[in-house]
Amino acid sequence: MGAFHSVPEDHEYHLLAKKTGFSLEQIVILHNRFNQLSHNSDVLRREDLRKIPDLACNPIQSQIVEAFFDERNFKKGGEGSVQEIGFEEFLTVMSYFRPPETHLTAEQKEEIRRTKMRFLFNMHDTDNDGTITLEEYRHVVEELLSRSGSLGKETAKSIADAAMLEVASISMGRMGPDEFYAGITFDHFLKILKELEIETRMNIHFLNMDTTFFCK
Amino acid sequence: MTARTRFCGGLLRISRALRTVALSLVTGCVFSVHASFGAVHGDNDTSHSSGHGTHTKTHNTTYPATRAFPVLTVNYDHVRKPFEISLWILLASLMKLGFHYIPRVSSVVPESCVLIVVGLLVGGLIRLLGETLPVLDTQLFFLCLLPPIILDAGYFLPTRPFTENLGTILVFAVVGTVWNSFFIGVVLYGVCQIEGEQLAAVDLLACLLFGSIASAVDPVAVLAVFEEIHINELLHILVFGESLLNDAVTVVLYHLFEEFASEGQVTVVDACLGMVCFFVVAFGGILVGTVFGLVAAVTSRFTAHSRVIEPLFVFLYSYMAYLSAEVFHLSGIMALIACGVVMRPYVEANISHKSYTTVKNVLKMWSSVSETLIFIFLGVSTVAGPHSWNWAFVIITIFLCLISRVMGVVGLTFIINKFRMVKLTGKDQFIVAYGGLRGAIAFSLAFLLPSDHFPMKNMFLTAIITLIFFTVFVQGMTIRPLVDLLAVKKKKQTKFTINEEIHSQFINHMLSGIENVCGHYGHHHWRDKLSRFNKYYVKKWLIAGERSQEPQLISFYNKLELKQALLVAESGSAANIGPGLSSAALLSAQSQKQRTVMKNISKEREEEIRKILRANLQKTRQRLHSYNRHTLVLEEEDEWSTVQLRRQRVELEKRMTHYLTVSASGWDSPPVRRARFQSDSQEYMAKPSAPVSIPAINMELVSAPPGSLALLEEVTDQAQQSQDEGCGMHANSHEEKSMKPNVTFALELEKQKLSRCLSDPGPNKIEVEAEEKEHFLS
Repeated sequence: MGAFHSVPEDHEYHLLAKKTGFSLEQIVILHNRFNQLSHNSDVLRREDLRKIPDLACNPIQSQIVEAFFDERNFKKGGEGSVQEIGFEEFLTVMSYFRPPETHLTAEQKEEIRRTKMRFLFNMHDTDNDGTITLEEYRHVVEELLSRSGSLGKETAKSIADAAMLEVASISMGRMGPDEFYAGITFDHFLKILKELEIETRMNIHFLNMDTTFFCK
Repeated sequence: MTARTRFCGGLLRISRALRTVALSLVTGCVFSVHASFGAVHGDNDTSHSSGHGTHTKTHNTTYPATRAFPVLTVNYDHVRKPFEISLWILLASLMKLGFHYIPRVSSVVPESCVLIVVGLLVGGLIRLLGETLPVLDTQLFFLCLLPPIILDAGYFLPTRPFTENLGTILVFAVVGTVWNSFFIGVVLYGVCQIEGEQLAAVDLLACLLFGSIASAVDPVAVLAVFEEIHINELLHILVFGESLLNDAVTVVLYHLFEEFASEGQVTVVDACLGMVCFFVVAFGGILVGTVFGLVAAVTSRFTAHSRVIEPLFVFLYSYMAYLSAEVFHLSGIMALIACGVVMRPYVEANISHKSYTTVKNVLKMWSSVSETLIFIFLGVSTVAGPHSWNWAFVIITIFLCLISRVMGVVGLTFIINKFRMVKLTGKDQFIVAYGGLRGAIAFSLAFLLPSDHFPMKNMFLTAIITLIFFTVFVQGMTIRPLVDLLAVKKKKQTKFTINEEIHSQFINHMLSGIENVCGHYGHHHWRDKLSRFNKYYVKKWLIAGERSQEPQLISFYNKLELKQALLVAESGSAANIGPGLSSAALLSAQSQKQRTVMKNISKEREEEIRKILRANLQKTRQRLHSYNRHTLVLEEEDEWSTVQLRRQRVELEKRMTHYLTVSASGWDSPPVRRARFQSDSQEYMAKPSAPVSIPAINMELVSAPPGSLALLEEVTDQAQQSQDEGCGMHANSHEEKSMKPNVTFALELEKQKLSRCLSDPGPNKIEVEAEEKEHFLS
């Protein structure tokens, strides 16, 4: 267990706990991990994340890393991206993956769903114009297929085109001949991925995470 | 329609249905009875005729024949066995048919109940006629009737929900079954002691053995009932997975208690050995299954030249796995499941599409027939007896089974929920508990008991049968209204959308990425590692050719397209596309209805069209480079699809030229040229005109009025430009290997985009041979 660079106040932890919903225990563990990744400094940079060896094998590695530095994920209405983040931002991004509590009302569940979907949407919508254009979607599919090697971009393009068209047909129904489907808005995004049950899938078990053994 | 006519109509329908059922029932019975009669007579006949034969022969040697040459003889005996088997299967199938003609009944009563009733009726009939009843022979059951059902279940097991919930399923299967057995056994023993009289003879071990038989949830019964209620995936996989995996426990407990009951006493060592035995049985079964699965996968790699027997390998290897496991008293069911699960991804990548369909359909057919037979035989065996009814025993058994199941499920869920992300609610627990049906496996195991060691075997048998009847009838019939009442989530319609697939994968990768950032070796991390291992090492050995490189998204996409193409082809014309298809088909259907004339195409749309067209230009089957337009020479592997592709392409060309000459519009057979270009890398489009890929479009254009020609030309000119610029760039891309690139989709896209551009007042002569198109382009 590495020594803390600075021992945070207990009440800071409480604030964080209230803000993100993590328990104190989980915050301590995540703070350890943060310190490990940032080599005991207060800020985390992109290179620190890129150094994680397992992450290097991930096809969408760059997008995951970007998500940590995206202002939109830190608070509502944020824009652009930053070069380095502190522990609070790290924790905020992690909180998107917290499993929902059991006894929630339907609205709360819906809210959680929207939050998670917003995170996902932001990952795709790199230029922050509120829509996922065809180019951006193509980029997503290319990244997904990037590890499979020899296929090249064209299959990815056609898949992305197909997907785009599907969204268009589901969201807009009949399009008039003059209409042009500019991009997937957040509402359309919600609609097409309704079946995915993201509130149950996009979760990480934050319990019992003793990261010190598995540190890399 | 007045009420009276409706009533009469309904009555008529019911009477007709009843008539059909009765007719088939009677026919079946008469035949089987007759068969058994025939058997008796047949014996006489054969002995008679053989005697006669020798008689005549001896006569012949010395005297002239005293009997005329027999023109027509009856020799039933030597076809007896297959005849009877076929009759029973026929009866079962007719019952299945008849079942669906009684809509009232089929919506209330699950099929298994009706079949048991039929079995009872048939059994009663046979008994009335005084014949010997066929009993559900244990060997027949375990070796012939059960494997198809389990193989069907295992082969089509949805692996993702299964592995996600594996922990829960295992806890329910192992701990739950053990708890059930002990609870039932011990309490029953206590009750028996208290009861006294005839029950006092039942000792503890016998009770425990009975408990182990009665506690196992039966996969056949569960499948039969759950398949009809369309419950959500999670619950389905929980109950079903439990019923499959508890076989290991049942086998071990059964043999354990049987041994002990014969010996009469148990030591601690024996108990420990029993636990070791459990692990051996379970993992041994899985190991055997995996080995056979891998061998099957390797074999399927080499079946390129004999596609016809591919399904046979699937069935044979699985059956061998089952039998091999049974040789060592390992869990045959687990071996079968493991074999199916391991084999499936590799075999499916290797075998042809037709073989895949064959495997699927044969498995479904076999398992369906097996299931029907099992239930009918259950009914018949009930009539056969022998029975020894004991009110107290039977009632207590049923009561205890229910109680222990509920307690087990609730208790275990309490513990499991601490580890699960998606907690099981009370409703879920209720369904899991209520869905624990018993079935024919329990019956067969009880039947298997040696009656010398177990004098109370008949009582056990009666109790088990009553338990089965209770669970299947009462629980089976009431679970459907209960599911509706409790508003349990039903299975959602599986719309295979490409978006969901993309995002599914995206989320999986994202989750494992986040886990890596957290430093947490969780579920996703291991799954990722396994799939990477699979990709780099295993797939190379087990999948033939280039398919091994194909990532899942691509193969999913291809499958999706193929499915839709077939659907469209089946539906006959593009205009009749039903609602369940993907957006491409939807859009094309919509576009048929749009009759508006587009004045000018928006810039962005144009750009998109151009982009897509350019994309399509490279959608060639890049392996098949060099064949020129005069001779279609196959370069590489002789997949049936490529052969067919060639044939269809030629046909398509012919058809297009026909259309074009008929319409006499100014096209100088662009589609034909285009078609060749598509497949011909050298032939780089000297004259690009109409957007490729789409013979369909051209057909559409054919029917378009001349006024739109100008518009089309404008479009195609632009397309041409894009193609020209596209030309140079993509000359090299042909060297790239590609999997089955599927263009059908983008193809549809263009088709209807262009049709939006043009007016389409003409009748739709579009015979979309989607299958052709798909092959054409891929």
